[in-house]
Amino acid sequence: MNAVPDGRCTNAAILNQWHPLVAVDEVLVDEHREATLLGEKLTYTARPDGQILVWRSADSEAVELPIEVDYLCVWVCLGSPPDGLFEISEFRESDRRNVHAGTIGVHVSAPRAVENFLDMGHFPYVHTNILGVEPHTEVAEYEVHIDPQTNDVWATECVFYQPIAATTSTEGQMSDYLYRVPHPYCVILYKTTPMHDERMDVIALFCRPVSADHIQAHMFLSLLDPDNSEAAIRRFQQTIFGQDKPILENQHPKLLPLDPRAETPIRADKVAIAYRRWLSDMGVTYGVIPVGAT
Amino acid sequence: MVDAQTSWHPIAAADDLPLRHVFHGQLLGRELAVWRADDNFVNVWENRCLHRGVRLSIGTNNGMELTCRYHGWRYSNRSAGCTYIPAHPADAPARTISNRTFPAVERYGLVWSGETPEGDVPTVGVLEEGSPFTLRSLPVNASAEVTFDELRFHTFQPCGAHDHTNATPIISIDQLDDRSIVLTSTSDDLRSTVVFFVQPVDAGRSVIRPVLSHTPDQHEQIVIWRHHALMLASTVARAERVFADQPDPPPMVAAIDEVPVDLRTLPDPSTNRQAPLRVQVSRKWSTATGVAAFELTSIGAPLPAFQPGAHIDVHLSKGLIRQYSLTNGPGETAHYRIGVKLEPDSRGGSELMHQSVREGDVLAISEPRNNFPLRRDSLKTILIAGGIGVTPLLAMAQALHSMDLEFELHYFAQSEDHLAFGEVRDLVAASVTTHLALSPSQTAAAIEEIVRSPQPTHQLYVCGPGPMLESTRTIAARAGWADESIHFEYFKNTTRRDDSSTFEIALARSATTLQVPSGTSILQVLRANDVALPSSCEQGACGTCVVSVIDGDIDHQDVHLNETERAAGDQIMTCVSRATSPRLVLDL
Repeated sequence: MNAVPDGRCTNAAILNQWHPLVAVDEVLVDEHREATLLGEKLTYTARPDGQILVWRSADSEAVELPIEVDYLCVWVCLGSPPDGLFEISEFRESDRRNVHAGTIGVHVSAPRAVENFLDMGHFPYVHTNILGVEPHTEVAEYEVHIDPQTNDVWATECVFYQPIAATTSTEGQMSDYLYRVPHPYCVILYKTTPMHDERMDVIALFCRPVSADHIQAHMFLSLLDPDNSEAAIRRFQQTIFGQDKPILENQHPKLLPLDPRAETPIRADKVAIAYRRWLSDMGVTYGVIPVGAT
Repeated sequence: MVDAQTSWHPIAAADDLPLRHVFHGQLLGRELAVWRADDNFVNVWENRCLHRGVRLSIGTNNGMELTCRYHGWRYSNRSAGCTYIPAHPADAPARTISNRTFPAVERYGLVWSGETPEGDVPTVGVLEEGSPFTLRSLPVNASAEVTFDELRFHTFQPCGAHDHTNATPIISIDQLDDRSIVLTSTSDDLRSTVVFFVQPVDAGRSVIRPVLSHTPDQHEQIVIWRHHALMLASTVARAERVFADQPDPPPMVAAIDEVPVDLRTLPDPSTNRQAPLRVQVSRKWSTATGVAAFELTSIGAPLPAFQPGAHIDVHLSKGLIRQYSLTNGPGETAHYRIGVKLEPDSRGGSELMHQSVREGDVLAISEPRNNFPLRRDSLKTILIAGGIGVTPLLAMAQALHSMDLEFELHYFAQSEDHLAFGEVRDLVAASVTTHLALSPSQTAAAIEEIVRSPQPTHQLYVCGPGPMLESTRTIAARAGWADESIHFEYFKNTTRRDDSSTFEIALARSATTLQVPSGTSILQVLRANDVALPSSCEQGACGTCVVSVIDGDIDHQDVHLNETERAAGDQIMTCVSRATSPRLVLDL
């Protein structure tokens, strides 16, 4: 396996994004902690008045970096910050359980993790007896489009048989899914909940790119689940992600190849094909192998 | 120095490949998934699933196929061809998806392979004459060159002298070439010879693989094994020190092949109706009254992968081409096995196969083609076979059995003596029911009973003579089976066909209009105009020559499409079907 150089990111398409640094809960008053983002060490802390500060560890002046605090995370930008973060309106609904379900380090690029999150075909094999079970392996046709206003990638009309779709499940169900990619390294899933007909659970993956081939993956949920404890919700989510981690770390190459000839897509990978093209069109070169780079 | 890329190298010990294991190997910077199938064939593959790059060494070896851990893609023993993509269970993998394979030879208790090795695995005289005993391999954090250099100074006691730790044996280098060194240790009247092979793992790592020239007595083996492991440990440490003091060599980068262009585009139709494979009849036997079985073994390249339900075209003399279903189980890739029924009203094909084709003969065949794909996502699968129609269903039964999926195989035949492939049926015996010597009305009653309770999660596969298929179709439809849950394979189209109409066809993609006169098929007109199209049975049974129809009314004369597909009016079997409208627009 060839090492990927751990250098700092020079790709504007990635530098000029908000990236999730840490869960807000992990920022402690007057305690300095370090985290690496895009190959750079950053220090973060909170003042007694609650204001969060982030700066480059190597910066003797400790010039504050622009931050946003939303979706239970602290978001930082190392380049020119874009106007605001993508919107997850469900987060602001009063009857929702918003949970930061944990941060897990994975030795893989952020786009590989996003693509895995977009994938239904692996449910029976990787999340056996939870999100899928043989012989219910078929990935039915679904629709993919790019929202012309927001430039988000959407996969709609996704349906998959799931034995235990969520902590609130008591039996198997055909789950309806919507996938949304609003950011090169973030992906959101809207999913049927056993409790409601119209409203959907929201599960999101926010990847902090530690380097081109290392991430810290933040799992964020906004659920219609009044009953289960936060510990149970976190445990369910961490079980699922714990099953994905060894698969992701056994993918070669670790960077996502954008050339369609690098891997063999099938119809079920329609959204992954769209995501790869979208990254190319956006000029993303960090965490990927751009077309024609090899 | 010989070229490492074209040399054979040891990559594993034979006992690194126990039953159903997948060994993670590495050679010259390339990762390998190494696994032994139940037929003892050793597979050495690129350690990467073609779909999403996941290591195959974390996959599952079921003895016949290797299944990827990520999406359950199944790759066949030998050919490494993909046989099943669970995300699309209704489709046969239409395109040839094959992983990269490397050759494998077992010799001296080691598995040998290489990037593009030339010639044979090198032989070592002292091992050829003796009874080699494979010692413990040791990994080294040093290049193969450094490790090899240090082995010249390696020392060990001859067998029988392992407790003489203070005695200094005399070590002689008997032989030294690019990849092996032969050392003999002598102490008093004791002598032992060990051959050391060095596997280049990558630029900075290697493995020493020692082989003792003779097999010691059982009770001595563990002492000898330990002694050599201990002595090698100091040679390893020395090599690692030497290597650490050297500048880092450039890394070895093993290039990963690009996915072939045809996996992104439609397959090239011009390659069809050809017989690219040459096989030898390795065995021919009578498997039932009037049914000859043939085992066909490849000459040269390994046989391509197949899926249950697939058939091959066999090209016979006099220009006859016949289709026969493969009866093979999953991963049974050393040969193809077909059954041929002698048809009294044969047009010559079955007669030739029965009377003229002998063991040892060479036949030209097509690659396996699957127009009868098996879904493997149903809770229960019912297979109904009439007579020789059992052949594709036997392949399906074995595939379902190997995946522990519930199924029933109902086999209708004239008598016990007419039941074919007993040895294959025995493998799935618990799920087989035979129905013997039934009249047509008794057959219909039995089928009614079998298909009595349709379920949306069940699938029905039927293969047999035309009248039986027709009646099964009718009975199943009446019982409430949905069209898409009933799957048929016709051997031939026995309906009367009418080719008297004339019409024109417009090829939408090539902006061409062609006339189809009476007495000529669309397929023939296309061929005459250099539009290549795959075909097989050319009588509207197999479904190979299907083309999408964009506009126009179709006069369906085939038996391949079901009622729903016919009513949809968007595909046509170009070998027999025609137009009722003056013009047909085809997606060509």
